[in-house]
Amino acid sequence: MDEIVLFTEIMQEFKQSFSHAFDLLKQADPALLEIVRLSLVVSLSATFLACLIGLPLGALLATRDFPGKWLLTVITNTLMGMPPVVLGLLVYMLLSGSGPLGWMQLLYTPHAMIIVQLLLVLPIVTALTRQIIEESWNDYKEQFQSLCVPRFTAVQTLLWDTRGALLTAALAGFARAISEVGAVILVGGNINHVTRVMTTAIALETSKGELALALALGMILLAIALAVNALVYSFKGRATQ
Amino acid sequence: MSIDKPAPAAKPVTKSPRSKHNPSSTGDTDHLQTSLLPLRVRSVNLNINSTVLLKNINIDITDHKITVLMGHNGAGKSLLIRVIHGLITPQSGTIEWNGMPVAGTATREQQSMVFQKPILLKRSVAANVDYVLALRNLTSKTRRNELLSLSGLLDKSQQAARSLSGGEQQRLAMARALATKPKVLLLDEPTASLDPNATLKIESLIRAASEQSIKIIMVTHDVAQAKRLANDVIFLSAGEIAEHSNASTFFKQPTSTAGHSYMSGYLPQTL
Repeated sequence: MDEIVLFTEIMQEFKQSFSHAFDLLKQADPALLEIVRLSLVVSLSATFLACLIGLPLGALLATRDFPGKWLLTVITNTLMGMPPVVLGLLVYMLLSGSGPLGWMQLLYTPHAMIIVQLLLVLPIVTALTRQIIEESWNDYKEQFQSLCVPRFTAVQTLLWDTRGALLTAALAGFARAISEVGAVILVGGNINHVTRVMTTAIALETSKGELALALALGMILLAIALAVNALVYSFKGRATQ
Repeated sequence: MSIDKPAPAAKPVTKSPRSKHNPSSTGDTDHLQTSLLPLRVRSVNLNINSTVLLKNINIDITDHKITVLMGHNGAGKSLLIRVIHGLITPQSGTIEWNGMPVAGTATREQQSMVFQKPILLKRSVAANVDYVLALRNLTSKTRRNELLSLSGLLDKSQQAARSLSGGEQQRLAMARALATKPKVLLLDEPTASLDPNATLKIESLIRAASEQSIKIIMVTHDVAQAKRLANDVIFLSAGEIAEHSNASTFFKQPTSTAGHSYMSGYLPQTL
């Protein structure tokens, strides 16, 4: 009997939380929007920078032979599974006052969060790009050699021709960035109005028992993921022809 | 037409002075720009993991007509055409086009190759041709449309290249190969897996190219096609040149045992 009562209470709380969460969304709560905006800025910046570095790096790994290529490939693949908290700790040590980059005073700023997310996303974008480009390179290599296509032009062509698949790589990177909590909380500190993003806010509000805001943020997070996926998927359809 | 018999085993060809100097500094620059012939292949050997793939290959080609490479699967035809094009470097031997080493970009830029499976870029038919024209600084809408018209693809110029049928894709590959204004066109089984109608269209493109004094070197399994197109036949067997003859001689009376067996329809005993 007690269990039924408990279950009913929990369901009631869930209902209230969802209702409150929808109210927050409808009202376009400024605190909520601020958190969403910062999350998007940090994660999109990190993904953009990771693509800027990772796409050409992955393409070079795929198309060039050099000593240590095998090792670099293995390391890149391994870093894809880097625990965010460990990375967060390393970046914290680098950026803290006594660390080698302490003079930059980046700790507990959105810049530090972008750096840590960039380091998380970069191996993903690089490794997936290498894999995607390598498969195309095997198909295109002889044709490019036959046409005497310069190496830089060949890489540009491969990146363009595989843009549909590369979007998926970028998407995987963005998903990793936007959903990450451990690293950004270490280097960002989850400071209200400064470094609070959706995931750190969800963790904080949940620990405080404020489920409504946490749920609202969770719904926005899912909605963003859905929107980005839909956008990429529609573009990918056109890009694969 | 002049067809030299395969040279006896091989002393490497002495490189001509042209291959050692900047062509523009020699007195016969015009000659170099107008022809890549003669092709001289000397003592070429290619092994992979101790498997002999090409053995003591010697070829002399001096005319601008159509040379067909024939032989059973695994005889080394596709490897040889790649070696001649400079895509594969053999362990030993020399390949020279008009005295210039095959490895140089200057040599390869004057050749085009069409592969058995056309590798088309993921863009429109027109953009595929434009890409090659841009590589050679020949960008011209008129030239592109001429090539597409020649290959019967002008009405599909804005269509995605990879949505074309197999025969159309191969015609686009031909148009793209001709876009570079090559002196030599290398074709690796360009009509494999195409129906007779598509084959006919490719063959007319090959003839049209040959009529423009473009040297054609072509791999085919199709005896009837070889009879229709070839001026001379190089017959390969187990990585060696069994015979290099006039087409009429080869099809009437092959002089090698391997060539005779092939033309008689005998299956190779090594299978």
